[in-house]
Amino acid sequence: MSRTAIEIKTKLLLKKSAGYLLRAVTLLIAVSIAAFALVSVSPVDPVQQYVLAAGGVSAEQRAELEEYWGVNDPPVQRYVNWLASLLHGELGDSLIYRRPVADIVAERFLNSLALMGLSWVMSGVIGFVLGCIMGAKRGKLADRVLKKLCLVLSSLPTFWVGLIFLMVFSVQLGWFPVGFSTPIGALSSEVTVLQRLHHMILPAFTLSFVSFASIALHTREKLIAALESDYALFARARGESERSVIMRHGLRNIMLPAVTLQFASFSELFGGSVFVENVFSYQGLGSAVAEAGLNSDVPLLLAVTLVSALFVFAGNAVADAIYGIVDPRVREGADG
Amino acid sequence: MAEMNMRRRSALLGAIILILLAAVYAAGALMPDAAFAPDFSSSRLAPSLDHLFGTDWLGRDLLARTVKGLSVSITVGVVASLVSAVIAALVGVASAMGSRRVDAAVAWLIDLVMGVPHTILVVLISFACGRGMTGLIIGISATHWTSLARVIRAEVMQLREREFVAVSRSLGKSGPWILVNHMLPHIVPQFVVGLVLMFPHAILHEAAVSFLGFGLPPEQPAIGIILSESMSYISSGMWWPAVFPGAALVCIVLLFDRLGDSLKTLLDPYSAHE
Repeated sequence: MSRTAIEIKTKLLLKKSAGYLLRAVTLLIAVSIAAFALVSVSPVDPVQQYVLAAGGVSAEQRAELEEYWGVNDPPVQRYVNWLASLLHGELGDSLIYRRPVADIVAERFLNSLALMGLSWVMSGVIGFVLGCIMGAKRGKLADRVLKKLCLVLSSLPTFWVGLIFLMVFSVQLGWFPVGFSTPIGALSSEVTVLQRLHHMILPAFTLSFVSFASIALHTREKLIAALESDYALFARARGESERSVIMRHGLRNIMLPAVTLQFASFSELFGGSVFVENVFSYQGLGSAVAEAGLNSDVPLLLAVTLVSALFVFAGNAVADAIYGIVDPRVREGADG
Repeated sequence: MAEMNMRRRSALLGAIILILLAAVYAAGALMPDAAFAPDFSSSRLAPSLDHLFGTDWLGRDLLARTVKGLSVSITVGVVASLVSAVIAALVGVASAMGSRRVDAAVAWLIDLVMGVPHTILVVLISFACGRGMTGLIIGISATHWTSLARVIRAEVMQLREREFVAVSRSLGKSGPWILVNHMLPHIVPQFVVGLVLMFPHAILHEAAVSFLGFGLPPEQPAIGIILSESMSYISSGMWWPAVFPGAALVCIVLLFDRLGDSLKTLLDPYSAHE
């Protein structure tokens, strides 16, 4: 590659990254406006809630709180103030936990990330393998049974699946602990990786259970389309075995959409984690959002909303980027 | 069955499902509150012939509570889907027929709604409305319209390029006239199928959000609330409050799904040629 070509490539990459950054910033601003507006119209008064939760609050503290929330300012002014303190890294104090929201979010995000990551890999692998089996055996009994099963599975509510799993595997069989991301009473420094994993497997499996069916159905469609294409027909005419057609022409064509679809599903993943974390009392962002909403912990609720939007955006951006890097058609298109 | 073609079979299946769903709804709506009144002498009973789904810790009959809850779910699901589908139609048509700026604004709005996980958005909206049924319906309506809006936008965009629209335009018909007379008949089937396929999602969302505690108040019989209560009793071996109401919910959701599929077959003009 000549020097100028490389320069053009870097320029293009920079332009693309700048575009992503701009989109991320505008999206976050829009989400923050929408979330702030929703919280503002709520009949719940944050200062009153804080005073109620804290018990004895001096008049000065109350004035400070009122200043922080700008109770007496017009809504736009209030939003600008909130955004300004947000940009200074001050997310406020959580009402329920009486600690800075930033600390809580950071700690819980790591927990949620571990749970979602494990489930994400599980659902991707199970879904892809199942989809390939169905596609390879298309029209046969195994395909028909699995397809029906997947259709039913994809309409099961997450929280109910969690309840049933909890009942069967934790209570009846005793294979897994009932809830909590770590053993109760243990110091966080004493918890081993193995214990954490033991507590995470059932919630993660529940979370993946809801999404692998749709991945499997999608993979099946794509594989069948690839196997019924002209190039697959030609490969068979050349004398390639069915197995080699699937391995060399089918799988290679469906890998990319499967991976990008997985990245684009971060929204459902996060949404599902809210329910799973609540059923299993897992200490992540999802259980934090429910607690924050039920106890009117406005700072925490707003923070989790922003983090979730950023998380979904990151997933979509990665999906976009993978297409740009791997798929030659999109890559060429970007140049022109 | 063997002599029927796909269309007849779909029509028959759809009608049976519709009757079934209407029966569940009517049974719940007409049920007197006495049917699930607390009865402490018969609390925590396992399923039997007297109480097919068993009773909860207050001695309330779980079958009655489940049916009542399902009828509430169906109401919320149908209302929210209707609102959502109307929003989708309006937004979709506006973005296809309006100026470029309107189209860009709609695309941006869709990105915004899809940019936050639905669960979080519904929780926020429910919080804004001070919880309860209204917040639930607004929340579900506000999150479900995006994909149908995209479908309708694409459909209208395609119709705009068709010959009969071009002819109509050169004959001097106005934009709104063309929209009503030439485009709406093409959009209606998409709209109806989209609407019916939205029901199961809306019903699941209702149950899920009530489960988290943001939807219906605890005294209201709702599947989400029964299941949320059942969590406290799982470790004591009370399995029936978790199993049966949840399974009933799944059945209703699958029935609505099936209904949507049948409708899709019926509205597809190609299935008539079979």
